[in-house]
Amino acid sequence: MLRNNDPLDFIDYIRDNPDKFWQLFNQHMTLVIYAVIIGLIIAVPLAILTSRVKALETPMKGLANIGQAVPSLAVLALMLPILGIGFRPSLFALTLLAILPIFLNTLVGIQSADPAVIDAARGMGTSDFQLLRMVQMPLAMPFMFAGIQTAIVQSIALATLSAYIGGGGFGDWILQGLAVRNFPILLAGAVPVAVLAMVAEIVLGLVRRMVVPKGLTV
Amino acid sequence: MRYILDNPEKVLDLTWDHIQLVGIAILIASAIGIPLGILINRVRWLQLPVLNLSGVLYTVPSIAFFAILIPYTGIGKTTAIYALAVYSLLAIVRNTAAGMDEVDKATKDAADGMGMTKLQRLRMVELPLALPYILTGIKIATVAGIGIAVIAVVIGGGGLGRLVFDGIRTQEANPVLAGAIMSVLLAFIADFGIGRLALLFRRDLRASAERGS
Repeated sequence: MLRNNDPLDFIDYIRDNPDKFWQLFNQHMTLVIYAVIIGLIIAVPLAILTSRVKALETPMKGLANIGQAVPSLAVLALMLPILGIGFRPSLFALTLLAILPIFLNTLVGIQSADPAVIDAARGMGTSDFQLLRMVQMPLAMPFMFAGIQTAIVQSIALATLSAYIGGGGFGDWILQGLAVRNFPILLAGAVPVAVLAMVAEIVLGLVRRMVVPKGLTV
Repeated sequence: MRYILDNPEKVLDLTWDHIQLVGIAILIASAIGIPLGILINRVRWLQLPVLNLSGVLYTVPSIAFFAILIPYTGIGKTTAIYALAVYSLLAIVRNTAAGMDEVDKATKDAADGMGMTKLQRLRMVELPLALPYILTGIKIATVAGIGIAVIAVVIGGGGLGRLVFDGIRTQEANPVLAGAIMSVLLAFIADFGIGRLALLFRRDLRASAERGS
């Protein structure tokens, strides 16, 4: 095995194991997509609620900031004693961490609306719900999108680490490659993850530029 | 908490390990990043490619980056430090360039008018004015680095990640919590400490501006 330990042979390794490759890819992306969607469903209402209830603002922001300082590997590791190993604890940890950037960005977005604009809307007789739906949320969109982008890229990284608690994904090959010092297997896991993250960042950046009106760019 | 009190030596050792990892990486990143930031401030067309490239590099998950480096730099601290330095580079370059951009055109003209050479202007005018920005970049890099360094344990980098890993192996929460608490603590201390330092320099500048010197 060490005879053929040229790291660049990882391409051959992937080509020889296409089924395994797609299986890992599926596991990886399932984790990412579920985590971000569930995160979105939880984070946006939470941000709206926090923007309405002044008393919640400081504690919620503080909590989210501390949450972002906690090492992601530790969050995953803490799932073990509570939820055991596998897909569920991994998804739980990923979702928890996806909530943070979406929540913080959406909140900042809602609060970034110019007070004069809000006054104008109020003067036109909008209800609180109309104000939120027709003024604040559209203005918060670019921020929210940036939060989602961060959450996706971050989840791709985290899904890799979740291999350590049996969550599957490309981290499996990294772990295996590390354990037996096999460089092709190691890179067969690492390179796709790196490419995935870079592509996600670039593509989402382009999408953001296309979707968000020029006047609203952050 | 109990775990930290029960194993003070181990926890402190690993914390010190952690500080060294991040500290050396930040030093390397500053040594490369600050000159690079100055360079892209001077050579305009370099700005976009350099910032974009470092931005894209930054999105590569740390574990993948560690893994890709291993065949070339081996397992251990060196690899961890290289990877951390690359991550830190982005924040330092970006903030250095931003700080240099913020220097008022009139101030630069005044410096030229006083007969300063380009190097003198950089050393005595532009860098001091950009310093709070540069320090902010170092702060961001340090706080992020403390988190990323936890993952360095998977490639034998040591540090607080060892505690997290012990927890994974034995399925115990206590060592994991100990590692997490220490790393959050380190991040807050770095954030506060370097933030204070940046504020101090900013105040210093304002004071000397008010004195008219």
